[in-house]
Amino acid sequence: MTDLATLTPAAAVGTRPILSIRDLSVSFLGARNSWTRVIEGLSFDVAPGETVALVGESGSGKSVTSLSVLGLLDPATSRLEGSILLDGHDVLKLDEAGMIRHIRGQAAAMIFQEPMTSLHPIYRVGDQIMEALTSHRDMPKAEARRQAIALLERVRIPNAAKRIDDYPHAFSGGMRQRVMIAMALASRPKLLIADEPTTALDVTVQGEILDLLKDLQAEFGMAMLFITHDMGVVAEMADRTVVMLRGRSVEQGPTAAIFADPQQPYTRALLASVPVLGSMKGEPAPLRFPVVDMKTGVAGEALPLRSKPDLTAPILDVRDLVTRFDVRGGMLNRRVARVHAVENVSFRIFPGETLSLVGESGCGKSTTGRSIIRLNDRSTGSVRLGDDDLFGLGAEAMRRKRREIQMIPQDPLASMNPRMTVGDALVEPFLEHGMGTAAEGRAKAARLMDQVGLTAAMLERYPHEFSGGQRQRVCIARALMLDPRLIIADESVSALDVSVKAQVVNLLLDIQDRMGIAFLFISHDIAVVERISHRIAVMYMGEIVEIGPRAEILERPRHAYTRQLIGAVTVPDPARRHLRRNLAVTELRTPIRPLDYAPPVRRYEEVAPGHLVMIEG
Amino acid sequence: MLAAILSRLLRMVVVMFGISVITFLIFFATPSSDPAARIAGKNAAQETIEAVRKDFGLDRPLYVQYGLMMKRLFITRDLTSFANRGQQIVPAVAAAAPATLSLVSGAAVLWMLGGILTGITAAAWRGRWPDKLLMGISMMAVAMPVFWVGEMVNLITQNRLHDTWAFSWVPALGYTPFSQDPGLWFRSMVFPWLTLAFLYIGLYGRMLRTGIIETYQEDFIRTARAKGLTGRKVLLKHATRSAIIPIVIMFGMDFGVLVGGAAVLTEVVFGINGVGRLTYQALKVLDLPMIMATVLYASFFVVVANAVVDLLCLLIDPRMRRA
Amino acid sequence: MGASPEQETALPPADPSAGEKVWSRRGPWRRVLQGLLGSPTAMISAALLVLIVIATLLAPVYAKHVAGTDPFRSGLSAKIKIDGKPVPVMQQSTEGLGLGVTPIGPTWGPQYMLGADGQGRDVAARLLYGGQNSLLIAGASTVLCLLIAAIVGIAAGYLGGAVDGVLSNLIDMIWAFPVYLLAISLSIVMIGKSYAFGPFEISSGSLIVPILIIGLVYVPYVARPIRGRVLALNQSEFVMAARGLGIRPGRILWRHILPNVSTTLIVFAPMLMALNIVTESSLSFLSVGVQPPNASWGTILQDGQTLLYSRPMVSLAPGLAIMVTVLLLNLFGDVLRDVLDPKSARGR
Repeated sequence: MTDLATLTPAAAVGTRPILSIRDLSVSFLGARNSWTRVIEGLSFDVAPGETVALVGESGSGKSVTSLSVLGLLDPATSRLEGSILLDGHDVLKLDEAGMIRHIRGQAAAMIFQEPMTSLHPIYRVGDQIMEALTSHRDMPKAEARRQAIALLERVRIPNAAKRIDDYPHAFSGGMRQRVMIAMALASRPKLLIADEPTTALDVTVQGEILDLLKDLQAEFGMAMLFITHDMGVVAEMADRTVVMLRGRSVEQGPTAAIFADPQQPYTRALLASVPVLGSMKGEPAPLRFPVVDMKTGVAGEALPLRSKPDLTAPILDVRDLVTRFDVRGGMLNRRVARVHAVENVSFRIFPGETLSLVGESGCGKSTTGRSIIRLNDRSTGSVRLGDDDLFGLGAEAMRRKRREIQMIPQDPLASMNPRMTVGDALVEPFLEHGMGTAAEGRAKAARLMDQVGLTAAMLERYPHEFSGGQRQRVCIARALMLDPRLIIADESVSALDVSVKAQVVNLLLDIQDRMGIAFLFISHDIAVVERISHRIAVMYMGEIVEIGPRAEILERPRHAYTRQLIGAVTVPDPARRHLRRNLAVTELRTPIRPLDYAPPVRRYEEVAPGHLVMIEG
Repeated sequence: MLAAILSRLLRMVVVMFGISVITFLIFFATPSSDPAARIAGKNAAQETIEAVRKDFGLDRPLYVQYGLMMKRLFITRDLTSFANRGQQIVPAVAAAAPATLSLVSGAAVLWMLGGILTGITAAAWRGRWPDKLLMGISMMAVAMPVFWVGEMVNLITQNRLHDTWAFSWVPALGYTPFSQDPGLWFRSMVFPWLTLAFLYIGLYGRMLRTGIIETYQEDFIRTARAKGLTGRKVLLKHATRSAIIPIVIMFGMDFGVLVGGAAVLTEVVFGINGVGRLTYQALKVLDLPMIMATVLYASFFVVVANAVVDLLCLLIDPRMRRA
Repeated sequence: MGASPEQETALPPADPSAGEKVWSRRGPWRRVLQGLLGSPTAMISAALLVLIVIATLLAPVYAKHVAGTDPFRSGLSAKIKIDGKPVPVMQQSTEGLGLGVTPIGPTWGPQYMLGADGQGRDVAARLLYGGQNSLLIAGASTVLCLLIAAIVGIAAGYLGGAVDGVLSNLIDMIWAFPVYLLAISLSIVMIGKSYAFGPFEISSGSLIVPILIIGLVYVPYVARPIRGRVLALNQSEFVMAARGLGIRPGRILWRHILPNVSTTLIVFAPMLMALNIVTESSLSFLSVGVQPPNASWGTILQDGQTLLYSRPMVSLAPGLAIMVTVLLLNLFGDVLRDVLDPKSARGR
């Protein structure tokens, strides 16, 4: 599948590529001494100063490729064949000492996905950077320290001279990633390998890091190998793109060409599954993703939602919801502060409608979802579901009322008992609410499994025997067993691969169409939210700062934070490659307040029918 | 800050008080134990027992007995033994303390050095023969009761091979204070040290090996390797430094418990007159004041060790320092 | 109107580089069994342990038919045949000052194979009888400890609040007592007396006393991790999901929490049993464990103390027996832990 003609134009011009991979094959030793091929015949180049993106879903082998370049795979359980030429060295022929001397931290450097765990928790940040500086060159300590501070300033960490002595836990995720980048730059590498560096970060932080990387690349003249699953990031960062599927390169070429005219069915399917922010302009109703035929590459039609919400009476009416957690500290474990996770949140949802709650980490959206169904006991306010106020119900009455409002969680594997079959897990709530006999329960479970796109035979399996997307479908089936009127989807699609995400979103819309169920869709992914919502509420620091119909919020945002959020979203449009967001370096704040804090009374302005904005100041 | 320290101290005192009450109740208040009968000896006449009871104040109400004993232990410090008439308790314990301290401290140095070396070496050569050998020995060390190891050591050094050049320097069983004869002190402690340390080397070696290998799965190790650090640096500076924290915590607890008297078996086998042996002998003859004193002594060290370990945690693991 | 087709059968399974093993399509307990069966270490140690148990159970057979002695009766004046000549079991001492009597050393024949102890009894036979008691005490105290610790730990972790406060403080206080000192104290108080609780009567010198004491003393050691596990499970996603589904608290405890706590308990079993064998032998060595006329490996070690230099086999044999049994239990326990908790298996 590799089209050699689209391989590095640099080769054609005559400058030697900085990285040249030819026919790379990687196998892993699995159970029972069998070798499994995870990468097959991979070839591509990276020219000096250019950015190449390796894009694919889980299992595509993109991370394994990056680890192979630096020789970071375990030699006891992995076998590599082919050739990897990096700055003139054949990586596969070098021994460990050679790798250390020439490659790692020298010609190439790498930054990883999880900034929270990639820094050593016990050493100061400055020491770790200085270690990178001194591991290949002799340098007096004072000079190393000076250079480390300079590097921290280069990655735009404010107050670098002071923060160099801090420990990693004193930094937020985005800041830690900057520290990682500083460490990687210490040796002025010719190639920077970035393995999903922004996947674990919030949208606004991601925007800053991407800008930073673009600037640093220009300044240092580095080449970048950028691994990601996010097509928006690919469009923004990469000159050329390699699309991977199951260890093979499916298509490669200039990014603009791939986006404008994808050749292979898989590439087409991938691009069709990516929600593009702004593409819903003029669409009156939520829209399903088009389904691409994997053989012909022909895209089906994107079907809109047919049913309409019933605006006579709301099914859920939340008023002044407040959730605060105590922060305990010190040796005595006493209360030192409070987290105002949810502060006076109010909204309504009508039958058959989807309201999305968007925001970044720490804004309180997930906590809102949990507080509504009383999964924590720290909330006050009023939550009316139909005729009952959930906060006024006794324990048994609340338990029975739970039938009507169900939640689909973020991590389907963790929310299923590993020691129960899926069938038992589905039938259990049915029986607990006295909805029928066990036989009736199993019949309903089988029906629902079919409806969510699985088979009744899978009821005998245990949760670990499913893939991620399948598990999420099982959770959806479980929620539907109780015939709920409202479903809270708490980041339910966030952890799924791009194509699977599209399928599950389509499934949710099918359910809404067929059964008239309302959704409270909690997410940080605005592009997905755009496709699925009737109305959107934006949360920041525990409060709703703006709420209104989807078109209003996305096309005419009024609140400063909403604008910032929308501006930070990556759009899969290669034409935006040279755009800079010029965002100030922010640390995302969590609403931790002193014990005597009195929250101010907020007022909202209705700037358009149904569109309310919080008034600042 | 001051309030936190004070509350911690208060908690320690409460725990020790609780332990003293439990001990007191066990010996004085269990329905079928009669201290007077024990003291008077087997087959004593009833009058003798009554006389003993009056003599030792065992006919007073329980809380009075408790109060009196505590007062004489801490305040007037003239508490005397039930078993050896006229023997003062507090000086007896004070005299036994250095022996135990010598034994445990020496063993502690050995087992920390040995355990850390074992753990690191086994982890570094994971899967190959040094690892298998060290872990095999460690498993055996953990499986052998410490007093049995002591007996076997004595068999060889005191008896079977005593006359050979290898062991002729080993003195007879017993403890000599350092101040009296340092050379003899040292020579008589070598094998007790080795015996006690052997068990803990096995224990700690295994723990550290597992800890290091688990730490290797962490992301920050991958970062260190990507930086181009040598294997040795990654092992020693990054992995071990992180994995050693639980070892230090365990060490604090074990040291505290042993100094308090848990080394009784080693002391008995090697004839060392330490606190453990003292406690055991007191228990055997139901010398209640001595029992109270030694048990309090032991629990004091456990409680202090707990506090020191908590403090150590703050020092060596910066993550704990978050307010 | 169909739902989205199951396109995921076309997509690859989870990233193999993550090191996920290929799970078989069976329940969690079947997987555990498979893991154990597939490990030679586990199988060999289990087999050897079973052999040891059988050997101790055959003690009466051995005593009667092989050794031809009554291991509980002193054989001070007994004689046995070696090479056709009668040899007294208790012989004039030839060492040191030639005073006193020394029992016969190992004959390596059917009678007095490992020699005699200070009372002229056959050590090999006593070793087997003692093994019965040692293993019985260790096993029973393990079961008792796990039972009590489970109840305490689950109550504290699940009920929380005041119950947890009281139980946790109680556990901490018992644990602050050095284990051996507590065991010795309790033993001294309880041995030599008989107890009557209604219809039950525990005679003096019964084995129930050491079983009770050893079982009780290690309860904090197990209860604390159990409590921690229950607390963690209470906060876990699937328990929250079960609550969200409206499942009753009783059923959550029974169906969701308990099965997941049981794995922790099972992992403790072999380790605790090994610990208890050593504890029993230590207590009996100090004369505060099993009381004569009952024998255990610890009491034989006690007997062997005075004979250490003259007849070391009396001390060597039970010590080796303990070492081998504990080693096998630890080996089996390691494999069991790996199988039940795959996360720690990466540390092998």
